[in-house]
Amino acid sequence: MDEAILAISLVWLFVFIYAILGSVDFGTGFWGMVYTRKGAQAGSIANRFLSPTWEVTNVFLVLLVVTLVAFFPAAIYSFGMALLIPGSLVLILLTIRSTFMVFHHSVQRFRNTLDIVSGVTGVLIPSLLVSVLPILTGGFIDPETRTLRIGKLFTSPVTCAYLAFGLSSELFLSAAFLADYSREADNESTYRVFRRHVVWLGPLTLATAVLTTFLMGREAVWLRDRLLEERLWFFLSFAAFLIGYLALFWKSRDPGKSRGLPRLSFTLFITQYALASFAYGRAHLPYLVYPDLTVAKSVTNPEMFRYLLVSYAIGLAILVPGFYLFWRLFLKDKRYLHQR
Amino acid sequence: MDELTIARSLFGSSLAFHIIFATLGVGLPFMILVSEIVYQITRDRDYTVMAKRWTKAQAILLGVAIPSGTIVAVQLSLLWPKFMEVVGEVIALPFQIELFAFFLEALFMSIYVYAADRLSPITRIVSVFLVALGGSASAVLITSANAWMNTPTGFKASGGKITEVHPLNAFFNPSFPSAALHVLASAYMTGAFAIAGLAAWRMLHRKSEDREYGYHKKALMMSLAVGGLMSLATAWNGHAAGQVLYDYQPEKLAAAEGHFETRAYAPLALGGIVDPDKGELVGAIKIPWALSFLADNRFDAVVKGLNDFPRENWPPFYVHTLFNLMVVIGVLLIFLSFLAWILQWRRRGKKKTSLPRWLLGTLAPSGLLSMLGIEFGWVFTCSGRQPWTVYHYQRTSEAVTDAAGLGLWFVVFIGLYLLLLVGTVIVMHSFFGRHPLREELEGIQQEYPAEGEW
Repeated sequence: MDEAILAISLVWLFVFIYAILGSVDFGTGFWGMVYTRKGAQAGSIANRFLSPTWEVTNVFLVLLVVTLVAFFPAAIYSFGMALLIPGSLVLILLTIRSTFMVFHHSVQRFRNTLDIVSGVTGVLIPSLLVSVLPILTGGFIDPETRTLRIGKLFTSPVTCAYLAFGLSSELFLSAAFLADYSREADNESTYRVFRRHVVWLGPLTLATAVLTTFLMGREAVWLRDRLLEERLWFFLSFAAFLIGYLALFWKSRDPGKSRGLPRLSFTLFITQYALASFAYGRAHLPYLVYPDLTVAKSVTNPEMFRYLLVSYAIGLAILVPGFYLFWRLFLKDKRYLHQR
Repeated sequence: MDELTIARSLFGSSLAFHIIFATLGVGLPFMILVSEIVYQITRDRDYTVMAKRWTKAQAILLGVAIPSGTIVAVQLSLLWPKFMEVVGEVIALPFQIELFAFFLEALFMSIYVYAADRLSPITRIVSVFLVALGGSASAVLITSANAWMNTPTGFKASGGKITEVHPLNAFFNPSFPSAALHVLASAYMTGAFAIAGLAAWRMLHRKSEDREYGYHKKALMMSLAVGGLMSLATAWNGHAAGQVLYDYQPEKLAAAEGHFETRAYAPLALGGIVDPDKGELVGAIKIPWALSFLADNRFDAVVKGLNDFPRENWPPFYVHTLFNLMVVIGVLLIFLSFLAWILQWRRRGKKKTSLPRWLLGTLAPSGLLSMLGIEFGWVFTCSGRQPWTVYHYQRTSEAVTDAAGLGLWFVVFIGLYLLLLVGTVIVMHSFFGRHPLREELEGIQQEYPAEGEW
């Protein structure tokens, strides 16, 4: 495999990880807002997950940016110019959200305001992040000034379709996660609340995906043609979704539990997104930003490349035990999950 | 203002804001670790109360440090895209490794804050240690990148193309060791004085017989010990950093000293203002021969003056004032912490255990002063590098984005930072208002009635 492909695979892998983690994180913020205001238990389950994890999720965003800069330095100029406005907005919203998350933990008095902030930013930030995808497919960057045509971007039906897809995916994945998390916490009533959301969001997400491909295909013909070549992967992705969706209706072995196997469903939904992302990423090659920037043209020098890979290997070796401890403490430990 | 000035102001404000929280994020965990260790030695429960309360403060500060750090990381690419191209080619390594340090810090801070009640004492101390390690490592790594901007090595530039990249040579560039030590020591020093200042302030408002007075006095003396040692270390490696300037960035040294004529036996200038028309420093106190000696350990060392360099490469003159202020603050803080310890030592064995009020009054603003010293130091090193982003390779005007309309973002981000500053103060106040020290001290007395004996 050549260096550019290896590098872009790593970047794309981080995009995928952040997309999943971010969906769960931001989506949970949204559900937390909805259900805390109704005074239901579902809200406290959502917040219990969110408190310790958002910092770690946030680091993945920085990881993504730094990896892109490190591996594709020649692309920074285009990215910097194109993403000044959406990027700055994301930064502001993210700062407000993160700060309020911490303040939330320390000061009870502002609970209500903080819930709203976390919920509203939980919808806005992913929207802005998703809008990067249509920018990369071309047509929204002024070839003269190299800056973003922001008006065109947010009035284009393609962008709206991407947004609809991004938002429904976020809510879908986070609901599927929270269903699993509530089952792990033995909270069946909350489980039923989130399972119901998964049931209606699943088909909706699929519909927005099809709509996005259709609308985008009219604008970016190159990408549509390439996507069609990858149909086998999309078919496999659909199969993963279907089985996962059906698993929501299977009877649990434990007679005390409601219908559905949330762990299996959530795992299959992640598989579904992994396969689809892989196919989308492959179809997007060789372009980083259509039509000017290809991955081969923007990859860093071989010497730096080698050192970066070594640093990844060492860094991950140090961090994996930390992640394991983290997972055991917050996603597995019954003492944490069962607290009132 | 032109777009370049706006871009610099915007990024400068982001950094100036982030530095407050980043510095405390390095300094406070270090103090927490010190108090955990002092507790292990003295078995005085007051030190665990300190560790516990400072951790709460640190968790709140981290809530601003992480997003403001994210802003700096992303704004680098948004505002200085052409600089980041060079970074990606030559000095990407420290940025990359810094991420892992950042991960370590965030991961274990979450564990320490949200799972403290479920951790064994050993795991708890290891977690704080890893938080402190992550913070300190981040500081060292980012300093490597900044040092490289001052003394760029590890690549060749030919015809606008970068060739022969050696990432490790870039990482371990000439100014890296002194700069990294300077940043670390000054961050530990600032964490210590932040606590010392607060403790002194509290002591001014308590009677010396109070239980709380004793608690604050322990915190004060411990942080003054750390602060005193660290400010000495800061001065020492600051001196080393100055000698690196003499060897590698003579314009910057000349501007820092308001030094125009190249000469041996050069004097050290304190204070004064540069008159740009005459090309001389007006109203300064000059210490004969001192600059030459400090620069190269010899009185006859020839120190280059600004007149030897083309005018368009001169740094701005205000760096002289910043440099002076930084040094004065550092010396003052060394003096204050040693004075306090000497007074304390002379009173040993006597009944009177209180410290004089005038001393507490002078110590109260020490945290603020130390933080100002950090800010002056960073503005000095970055403005003193101007007009270059990468010394003698890329000008700041070549690195800036071509995107227009930065002015609006400048206003928005300034507003955001003010909001966060006010928010942090309110949250701190409200949190510690609801968890007063008195209750926690009573808590340990009930729990451990024979306090101090085990």
